[in-house]
Amino acid sequence: MTGQILSRFSIHTPEGVTFSLRLAGPVVRSLAFFTDMAVILTITKIINLFGGFLGVISPDVATAFSVLAYFAVSMGYGFILEWALNGQTLGKRLFRLRVMDAQGLALSFSQVVIRNLLRLVDALPGLYLLGGISLLITRKSQRLGDLAASTIVVWSPPMAQPDLAQILSGKFNSLKEHPHLCARLRQKTSPAEADIALSALIRRETIGPSERVELFSVLSGHFKEKIPFPEEAVFGLSDEQYVRNVADVLFHPVNRLSR
Amino acid sequence: MIIDLSRFIENEKPFWTELETLLDRMERDAAFRMDVRGLKRFHYLYQRASSALSRITDVSSEKNLKIYLESLVGRAFAEIHKQRSRFTFGNPLTWFLRTFPRTVRKHAAALAVSLAITFAGCMFGAFAVSMDPDAKESILPFAHLMGDPAERVAYEESGKTDRLSGHKSSFSSQLIANNTRVSVFAMGLGITWGIGTFILLFSNGVILGAVAADYIMAGQSSFLAGWLLPHGSVEIPCIILAGQAGFVLAGALTDKRRPVSLKQRLRDAGPDIVTLMGGVALLLVWAGFIEAFLSQYHEPVIPYAVKIGFGSVELILLILFILLGGRPTKETAP
Repeated sequence: MTGQILSRFSIHTPEGVTFSLRLAGPVVRSLAFFTDMAVILTITKIINLFGGFLGVISPDVATAFSVLAYFAVSMGYGFILEWALNGQTLGKRLFRLRVMDAQGLALSFSQVVIRNLLRLVDALPGLYLLGGISLLITRKSQRLGDLAASTIVVWSPPMAQPDLAQILSGKFNSLKEHPHLCARLRQKTSPAEADIALSALIRRETIGPSERVELFSVLSGHFKEKIPFPEEAVFGLSDEQYVRNVADVLFHPVNRLSR
Repeated sequence: MIIDLSRFIENEKPFWTELETLLDRMERDAAFRMDVRGLKRFHYLYQRASSALSRITDVSSEKNLKIYLESLVGRAFAEIHKQRSRFTFGNPLTWFLRTFPRTVRKHAAALAVSLAITFAGCMFGAFAVSMDPDAKESILPFAHLMGDPAERVAYEESGKTDRLSGHKSSFSSQLIANNTRVSVFAMGLGITWGIGTFILLFSNGVILGAVAADYIMAGQSSFLAGWLLPHGSVEIPCIILAGQAGFVLAGALTDKRRPVSLKQRLRDAGPDIVTLMGGVALLLVWAGFIEAFLSQYHEPVIPYAVKIGFGSVELILLILFILLGGRPTKETAP
């Protein structure tokens, strides 16, 4: 049950594809939980407001209604919403969390019910202590309810498709005037090195000015050492421009500008 | 190999967008169904996204694109392999009258363990109080049970006013909520390999045995039976059934005789646990109602014979229901 705690959970599909899901940590899960608690309290308040009208007929019936309403909402909120919204409550949806089967399959109704019923045990002896400890020590960050139901909670961070056009296209690349060197550069550069260059370019605006100069100086030095280009190809290029041209060579093997 | 990332995205993006739109619709609307053509297209899009993910994984660690594709493939994988039809309540009446008793019988060993632990607790509680009457102060958690049973009976039977007058409904609702919580605990503590369920059932049994011994030794057997039987004949079996669900969970955690993974054992046990707890919840509504509206009234308001008779009939019906409910009839037997 315990061991190295994972931040990502890999699933191997029968098609031979491996994908990983980012497991939700205690902080983001707590935030979703508190949001859900606020929603439960709001729903209960609203129901009690209507139940108050029953007090005109019978205060006893109004109290019974309130007790049962709170009980039904607090017990039923989780499994009704997680079932209806495919593993999400309002809090989970807000924080981009989703309950999934531990094998990557969709949730079954019984899993949803069991993980929510076991909240009572997770809450023991108070303040979700058992569930919190379980979350911290289990490999897949599972509370007891998740263990019993064989579920995990995954976090899908906001996703943006990379816009390479802005950083790589439409600019003259002097390195591409030497196709044989470009071919050698592509051959000698590992995917990891290529990604470092690309990541640096994508994130360049988020780096401080001095760090940015230093980073691109190191990177250009590295690529210059790997495949030296003639002086006329690199004349007047800043380190950052050099790295941009290298990334362009690596990720745009066909020189569309020269065609 | 280094791929032309922007061209790759340009070519594949329409397929990813189509898959994402389909997934959004599926996740938004649980009742959404596709025809065969739609399913084939969905499967094609899934395979195409999987293939793109494979290429991206091999050639580049461009994080956003990889996370995006992993999310798409993961969501599609879950949709393709989901088993929503595996557990449904179907017709609620059929589910309660047939599926529930069948499920109880299916896990007869877990029921026997649950029953035996409760019985052992009763015996222990009764023995402790009969040996040392002062022990009840340590055993019983309720203040109104601490005093002399004869005094309480005299007080209850002399009551000229209805002490629950104006509070019956709220008392009933509190009982339903509280008993359901205890049942959920009995089931949920199965996650502690059954140890928690064992402790809860045994301690419940100890309290029951201690109260019973206290009243019997004080010569108040009729009051005791009249007080406990109407609601206890349903409420106590419910706790035992919830304990059974806890042991089914514990069994799934510990039973390594079957050559299946822990995850699969838990998935297999899940529908039965939910069925048991669903049945228990329904029965507890009845028990809570009876406890508030019948059990708290004693002679001379309601003769003990009536209450004992009512409780006994309930118990017999419940046992028959569990033993015979959902059995194949001559028409349905193979």
